[in-house]
Amino acid sequence: MLKLFVPCDSVARAVGADQLADALSAEAQRRQVEVQIQRTSSRGLYWLEPLLEVETAEGRQGFGPVAAEDVAGLFEALTAAPAEHPLALGLVEQIPYLSSQQRLLFARAGITRPLSLDDYRNHGGFEGLAKAALLEQAEVVAAVLDSGLRGRGGAAFPAGIKWRTVRDAPAVQKYVVCNADEGDSGTFADRMLMEGDPFLLIEGMIIAGLAVGASKGYIYVRSEYPDAVHALNEAVLLAREAGYLDTTGSGVAFDLEVRVGAGAYICGEETALLESLEGKRGIVRAKPPLPALEGLFGQPTLVHNVLTLASVPIIMAKGAQFYRDFGMGRSLGTLPFQLAGNVRYGGLVERAFGLTLRELVEGYGGGTASGRPLKAAQVGGPLGAWVPPSQFDTPLDYEAFAALGAMIGHGGVVVADDTLNMANMARFALQFCAEESCGKCTPCRIGSTRGMEVVDRLIASSDPAYRADQANLLHDLCDTMQYGSLCAMGGMTSYPVASALKHFPADFGLASPEAAQ
Amino acid sequence: MPDETLDLPVIQRVLDHHRETPGALLPILHAIQAGVGYIPDAAVPDIAHALNLSQAEVRGVITFYHDFRTAPPARHILRLCRAESCKSRGAETLAAQLREQLGLDDHGTSADGAVSLRPVYCLGACACSPALELDGQVHARLTPERLSALVSGCLQEVKPC
Repeated sequence: MLKLFVPCDSVARAVGADQLADALSAEAQRRQVEVQIQRTSSRGLYWLEPLLEVETAEGRQGFGPVAAEDVAGLFEALTAAPAEHPLALGLVEQIPYLSSQQRLLFARAGITRPLSLDDYRNHGGFEGLAKAALLEQAEVVAAVLDSGLRGRGGAAFPAGIKWRTVRDAPAVQKYVVCNADEGDSGTFADRMLMEGDPFLLIEGMIIAGLAVGASKGYIYVRSEYPDAVHALNEAVLLAREAGYLDTTGSGVAFDLEVRVGAGAYICGEETALLESLEGKRGIVRAKPPLPALEGLFGQPTLVHNVLTLASVPIIMAKGAQFYRDFGMGRSLGTLPFQLAGNVRYGGLVERAFGLTLRELVEGYGGGTASGRPLKAAQVGGPLGAWVPPSQFDTPLDYEAFAALGAMIGHGGVVVADDTLNMANMARFALQFCAEESCGKCTPCRIGSTRGMEVVDRLIASSDPAYRADQANLLHDLCDTMQYGSLCAMGGMTSYPVASALKHFPADFGLASPEAAQ
Repeated sequence: MPDETLDLPVIQRVLDHHRETPGALLPILHAIQAGVGYIPDAAVPDIAHALNLSQAEVRGVITFYHDFRTAPPARHILRLCRAESCKSRGAETLAAQLREQLGLDDHGTSADGAVSLRPVYCLGACACSPALELDGQVHARLTPERLSALVSGCLQEVKPC
């Protein structure tokens, strides 16, 4: 019997994976060949999607990207000489893009079926929970502290300190909240993990609940990810039936609920997210009080990004030392980088911190998809800086990027070629901020709109002196937004704007970098 | 405008289901929109009463979130991604093509109620940009031809009597 694997990931489906699976079973029926088609998660090698894998004695052979029309010819090859087919990729795990990665969080990506508890357990699932359940709360918190894990949502705050704060806060009811509102454009690791390995997130949340003494968890997912919502809801039901939720064996009850956002970018900010979970407008709260002390419904709440929580089972299963052996400086562990935009080989690259942006964009990404010269890469989502190729040798490390006036954020990298106008992108960043600002603080609410007007005037003018004036005004406004806003939305909208102005003054009609200062 | 009183049983069922849910307003609004197609104005007083909120608070939440509609939607909703990754692969050219093919602006709805355009900022398909979502289904690696075919598909459908 022929055993085939086709991803059920939403983006693989967006480029034809469902049609491929249908064509495969129709063709098998026509030829009266017995086949089993398993719908797995995606490997994250998106330029090869839809990626078909075939089980062989040596391992899984890959073919991609396979269109439904290729299926008839492919069947011929499968029985005769698979390696000679033009779409043949050899053994999938030996594809250099994949074999050179350090996959901890995405160890099961492309291998297991997302909603199979057996697949999950057979590939190391629930080992972390089993170990954590034997430890005291303080020991679990200490392991997270020792691992050096930092918040993966963008702020990179040490996770263990949050855990300790929530654990030490006296309260009858505490919560664990997963921020799965992955609104940052250019990022898709949370989506892949929730769609492809939902039990890993659930396991991480159960461990977190045990460690900080929370009995209830919420996963707040953006509405733009319906497949992730579906996978999580199903996985929660399965985990509950299997006894992983409600009772964990150590006498602490923990249950989970999936909540769906409603299209507001600001709800990715943790306090706005808590407001939204409480059924209110997503308006940012002033801090303090910290959510760790007064969070959801006023109770101590551990709020973490998907990848932060999903790292915990690995830390518990393999030990804090194993985890902190990856990475550099104070950026420890691995980060699933996401290569997107105008890049030849877009996809997910999980590597320890410390590789350079050049290795990522040129090595893995293979340069631009258009074949035109590389102009810049925006690192860290819509609030991240545009980094010019002259800075591409910077190691991907939180502190090294902060020193550039940039950020790693959630690890998204959007590549642009020389046709992308950076003045337009700066204007877009301000326009996006104006549309998505919650309106609570003035620099963000008003500054974003005034910023668009300044960029418009700057671009429209042909008077060099006036342009220089407007550029100064824009710098001034960026400062006000950066230092005067209540949260990162207004505070970091200045990053893409100021970096575009600094590195690409010609796009604004400015003569030289000096003129832009 | 349709007769909104016909939707009241659906609304009541949703409210009964969520009576004990903490922070229930978003789940309630999602469920009503899934059942009715939009949030009818007639639902607001009932929601407010059930959650012990003012009508202003309920309306405030409905208008804050982009997803909630207060009028029946078009038969097809096409959301083209306009974020950075898709922009770097020509999303703005596709947006211009859409505006021209349909004679609508970025937020427009065609007069016959066939298609509504909505911009969206990231569908998580960034490694296969440009992308759009048509009636809940994501299509990635868009080309002008493919976009044109998808739009024609929406328009050619026979109007239901």
